[in-house]
Amino acid sequence: MTPGSEIILEARGLTRLYGRGSEQVQALNGVSLQIQRGDFISFTGPSGSGKTTLVNLLGCLDNPSAGELDVAGRRIFGGGAPLGERDLTRIRREIFGYIFQNFYLIPTLTVAENVALPLAFYRKPGVEGEVDRLLALLGMEHRRNHLPGQISGGEMQRVAIARALVNKPALLLADEPTGSLDTQRTQEIGEILQELSARAGLTIVMVTHNPALASLGTRRIEMRDGQILDA
Amino acid sequence: MISRHQIAFKNLLRKKARTFLTLVGIVLSSWVLVSLLGFNRGYEAALNRDIDNMGYQIMVMAKGCPYEAATMMLQGGAGLRYIEEDVAKGIETRPEVAGVTPILMQAFFDPNKGDGGGIAGYYGVDMQTFPAMKPFLRFQRGGWPQGSEAAEAVMGFEAAELEQREVGDSILVPEKNVELKVVGILERTGTQDDGTIFVPLKTLQRVAGLDKITTIGIKVKKDADIAKLEAALYQLPDMQVVSFSQVKQTIMKLIATARVMVLSIAVIALLIAMVGVVNTVLMSVMERQHEIGILKTMGAMPGDIFRLVWTETLILCTSGGVLGIGLALAFARLSDLLVRRVLPYAPGGELVAIDLKLCALTLVIIVAVGLLSGVYPAWKAGRVRPLDSIRGGL
Ligand SMILES: Nc1ncnc2c1ncn2[C@@H]1O[C@H](COP(=O)(O)OP(=O)(O)O)[C@@H](O)[C@H]1O
Ligand SMILES: [Mg+2]
Repeated sequence: MTPGSEIILEARGLTRLYGRGSEQVQALNGVSLQIQRGDFISFTGPSGSGKTTLVNLLGCLDNPSAGELDVAGRRIFGGGAPLGERDLTRIRREIFGYIFQNFYLIPTLTVAENVALPLAFYRKPGVEGEVDRLLALLGMEHRRNHLPGQISGGEMQRVAIARALVNKPALLLADEPTGSLDTQRTQEIGEILQELSARAGLTIVMVTHNPALASLGTRRIEMRDGQILDA
Repeated sequence: MISRHQIAFKNLLRKKARTFLTLVGIVLSSWVLVSLLGFNRGYEAALNRDIDNMGYQIMVMAKGCPYEAATMMLQGGAGLRYIEEDVAKGIETRPEVAGVTPILMQAFFDPNKGDGGGIAGYYGVDMQTFPAMKPFLRFQRGGWPQGSEAAEAVMGFEAAELEQREVGDSILVPEKNVELKVVGILERTGTQDDGTIFVPLKTLQRVAGLDKITTIGIKVKKDADIAKLEAALYQLPDMQVVSFSQVKQTIMKLIATARVMVLSIAVIALLIAMVGVVNTVLMSVMERQHEIGILKTMGAMPGDIFRLVWTETLILCTSGGVLGIGLALAFARLSDLLVRRVLPYAPGGELVAIDLKLCALTLVIIVAVGLLSGVYPAWKAGRVRPLDSIRGGL
């Protein structure tokens, strides 16, 4: 840890059990980790190793079976009574932006409207002009009035990234963001993420199968059987 | 910037056919609802108006079938038998009576009327009492005949139109070949008066060669005991008493079944529309599970999602309701015609009376029912968790 760096997220012994009938699956087995502001972490590992389970817990989208999670100095899980759905929603919209393999754009809304969508529910102070700024940053200005059905997959993911960033999150969670894109588009998205990390200092936590994409991360973490492999 | 209403609206446009069909359901049910509510109010009002426009509340005529008499009277038919004029004078002395007016109804066969001839109805009315009892009759031109034996006539609006007569023209009483001068033409009343030709009683008696009458109109004093008067009138031998309060009750009873049916249809239509709304919105919520989950990751609270889905219902129901009510207003006269064909007796004037208050009431009902239908799908949508959307996707 470099001096002066700020820990934005800290997990201790995160464990997640899934009940599958009478049988229980331990998807995550006591994972501990610290994430500092500005980190670009890439998670890799075989399918079923618990990457998605972990980032969902880190992103406060799921509740752990055991363990603790602090986000921005606040105890989220493992400190007495668990937070309710409304409190979790507040944490999510305050801290996180999310992108997924499937982009989940609203097909009836234009590119610009999709990017602006989060602002219909929550609007952080100082986000005026973010929609235009992000569309320009991601090279999507000329598509702003197109519908999602009229643009390519790579462009859709850019729109999803812009949408995730419109409320200026501290941390971007990306679970296989290029899982449904070809090599060319994957590379483009990788460059965008790298640039966001390097230039804007955005903290990124990314899961990917793609070695080239994973190599862009400033910290690479390998997972196996619900645990972090020590490098 | 995009508002929640825009999001909701655009979502409805996503499945146009489904939205359209749901909308049609709402339009039809609000159309039916407002028309039927309008009918329920309009019919009774029209009946009351008809009765008020008679000017008297009780009629006495020679005995016959009571239903026939009632119908005949309201439709302006001719009485079949005659009464002595003295009977009227006797009735006038009763304390409940404000006034009486003797009437002679006569029907003459007119071979020149329409194809193959028709009946021309004449009302011999007493010039002293009849106009006073019907002060609401307004003249388009002219006025009542001067003198109780003048060879003059007043024509109802439609009678004048049919015969193409103006004030100053003359008409020929069929069969009798007596000429009468038209001295007045009434404005349209929407009642049977429109088709009637009024002649001074004595004149018509002379023309018909009679010194009797067919009917006595009795105006009852305000707050007088009508039942007591009716009871006394029933004692008159060979006399048929028709009280408009009874007539009204009889008619209302006759159409009561129709009204119940009509309201059941309205309720059923409403229920069908409701099921349609629940189905449409629920399906669209199910299909959008992923999207709704994503909205949750964006920071939408359960209440936000609830309102979003509810807004869709609101848009559907409000636009459907407004359209349906508009159609009902536009086609109110058509509904009138339809109702007239179905009912045993239909008063004149508007039967389906839709006013602003009724429109507002219907819209409130439709929107309330719609919002109620939206509660379950909206609640269900509000409970979608962010994870639900991601799970399926990976
Ligand atoms: N909702 C669930 N119910 C039951 N088992 C699950 C569920 N989600 C994940 N798992 C199991 O947990 C393990 C980890 O899954 P996941 O975190 O999705 O792995 P990865 O993202 O690395 O492929 C797998 O064995 C998977 O089958
Ligand atoms: Mg995964």
